[in-house]
Amino acid sequence: MRLLIKGGRVIDPANNLDIIADILAQDSKISRIAKNIRAEADKVIDAKGMIVMPGIIDMHVHLREPGREDKETVATATKAALKGGITTVLAMPNTYPAIDSPENIESLKRIIKKSACANVLIAAAITKGRLGKELTDIQACKQHGASAITDDGASVDSGVLFAGALKKAKAGKLLVICHSEDKKISNNGVVNQGLISTRLGLRGIPRASEYKRVQRDIDLAKKTGARVHIAHLSCKESVDIIAAAKKKGIQVTAETAPHYFALTEDALLDYDTNMKMNPPLRSQQDLEAIKQGLKNGIIDVIASDHAPHTENEKDIEFDRAEFGVIGLETELAAGITELIDAGLLSWLELAGKMCLNPARILEINKGTLSAGADADITVISPDKGWQVEKSGFVSKSRNSPFLGRKLKGVVEYTIYEGRIAYKA
Amino acid sequence: MSTVWDKKDLLGLENLSKDEIGLILATAESFKEVSSREIKKVPALRGRTVVNLFYEPSTRTRVSFEVAAKRLSADVINIATETSSVKKGETLIDTGKNIQALKADIIVMRHNYSGAAAMLARALEISVVNAGDGWHEHPTQALLDIFTLKEKLGRIQGLNVAIVGDIAHSRVARSNIWGLTKLGAKVTVCAPPMLIPVAIEEMGVNVSHDIDDVLKDADAVNVLRMQFERDGGQAFPEQLEYFKNFGITKERLSKLKKDIIIMHPGPLNRGIEISSEVADGKHSVILEQVTNGIAVRMAVLFLVAQGQDKSKKYETAD
Ligand SMILES: [Zn+2]
Ligand SMILES: [Zn+2]
Repeated sequence: MRLLIKGGRVIDPANNLDIIADILAQDSKISRIAKNIRAEADKVIDAKGMIVMPGIIDMHVHLREPGREDKETVATATKAALKGGITTVLAMPNTYPAIDSPENIESLKRIIKKSACANVLIAAAITKGRLGKELTDIQACKQHGASAITDDGASVDSGVLFAGALKKAKAGKLLVICHSEDKKISNNGVVNQGLISTRLGLRGIPRASEYKRVQRDIDLAKKTGARVHIAHLSCKESVDIIAAAKKKGIQVTAETAPHYFALTEDALLDYDTNMKMNPPLRSQQDLEAIKQGLKNGIIDVIASDHAPHTENEKDIEFDRAEFGVIGLETELAAGITELIDAGLLSWLELAGKMCLNPARILEINKGTLSAGADADITVISPDKGWQVEKSGFVSKSRNSPFLGRKLKGVVEYTIYEGRIAYKA
Repeated sequence: MSTVWDKKDLLGLENLSKDEIGLILATAESFKEVSSREIKKVPALRGRTVVNLFYEPSTRTRVSFEVAAKRLSADVINIATETSSVKKGETLIDTGKNIQALKADIIVMRHNYSGAAAMLARALEISVVNAGDGWHEHPTQALLDIFTLKEKLGRIQGLNVAIVGDIAHSRVARSNIWGLTKLGAKVTVCAPPMLIPVAIEEMGVNVSHDIDDVLKDADAVNVLRMQFERDGGQAFPEQLEYFKNFGITKERLSKLKKDIIIMHPGPLNRGIEISSEVADGKHSVILEQVTNGIAVRMAVLFLVAQGQDKSKKYETAD
């Protein structure tokens, strides 16, 4: 199988490449990039006027299977991913049961093999049942293919236990992803603490619940030498802490989600539960800090924190509604609209955050268009506008914070392992 | 007044203009006279149905709305629902749609969650009047407080009004702040620091922790009901300590060089936030507030019914 993509603007941050060129993929690997490739191909894509970049790697996705197939399944999430230009997702372990043992990893692998239409990597839990009490068999999880460990949705409150996990992760060369939140400080809050929470009469989540735990997690990373990745940064102080840690040479990477650079707490003024997520939307000042963090490289990764919920779980009183929003099908367009169009990031930089950096953090042979890399490629019409509508989603759930918004950038083709897996 | 009421709902005072608040107050003034007649009834809402949907027990507010609706000749249905049943079974929106399907015209709702009234109003075509949602707003209480103040002092513009008590968890405080500041009053909230919510100054009020200092300049004080049982009582000062430091007492008022009006949304906690002498004394307008509550709620029910007709006409004209 030979696939030729002709005349697109090729973006490959690994090789600092931003040129009009052709790409040839042979079987499941990238064969070469050059101007005017003359080769026989089984399939030719005319990519004139389009962006051609590596398939997006979304390293923060809640697939909900097993256990909550009413919200999302491996099949529907990976289909949604392809529509969003994403070819690899990292599955968070907060399913039912949690992915906290080799057995549960194996059974998830069977589901993936049967129904996934994109690459699914697995994150295992740090503690059994994600309860923060007893460590999982981290080494065994690694041997069975876990790409990282995390208790996402919760942080391991015990510093001693978490340090123990970090030591094991270090020994097993495993990435640790931190949902950095001190729930005691969050105090059952539902929105960012500030004028908006006061106006709405809702319990506020102080920024400190995030940044104090970010600081602790980084301190323990330094102490143990483990590789940590801080998930979903939402506030200025967290960005500052990461910046200071990187300056000191501590092994830490950081991620944010599109809603933290596209939306602020002002979006909550009519109690829209599709704006309810954890961490919460913060202030304009925080949004600016997140954007600056992306610009100056403090924040390495953009990931969706795709968190599907049924309408029944969202169409209720704000306090009772579930936290979380979907993002697979909007994250690229949100990035184009809010970061590239706004002049904050170049295409190379955006592809760095969404393709190359996640690949490096997860240590996979993807995220680049280098010869020999996996032929996962996204072809995008960057100037096409569209309106986010409930009816347009492939995901099983509809809880998008971008509903009704106009975004720019449409995925025309998603190529996974050298084959066209999605076509607009 | 040239302002026209075109809203089908009354959810809070934050989103009302100064003129809209003025219109409610003016309408209430004309309805107040009805309650002094021998036959205390006008046919304004004859044939309409008002449903009082209360997820929190509140006899006072519910009865006030019921009397108001009946004086407008509306039919009234009371539904009291246990808050615990919210967790299971029918959702709020389903309940609302059922009431709408019964062809009721107005739902008056009290709910323990902030934003519940807004959510219901969005989902329904019939009118929703917020009778208190969580810590968020209790617009008719603030309107009757403001109505009473205006009746007593002739104006709102330029008045110094203090709100004393658990500001953090008070919907009455929030609605009063919006209403009073829009009408040009200077508002000071006074409480121990733990009962003052973050960034409240940005709502346009002063913050004080010294009740005597606040009373010196105040033309009126709205004394909030203290609920020490909230949050398991953990974060709250001792009742006696509170009474000593913030309670409105005769001794405190006797030191003042000018007249002052004492309001309270009820029910009273005598000896906790207010002494009996003050509650029953010459400064107190607490029972007048109750009387004015009827007129204000009549005005609100009357206006939202009008607003609903307008929005319907608008839709068909489109
Ligand atoms: Zn998380
Ligand atoms: Zn997550």
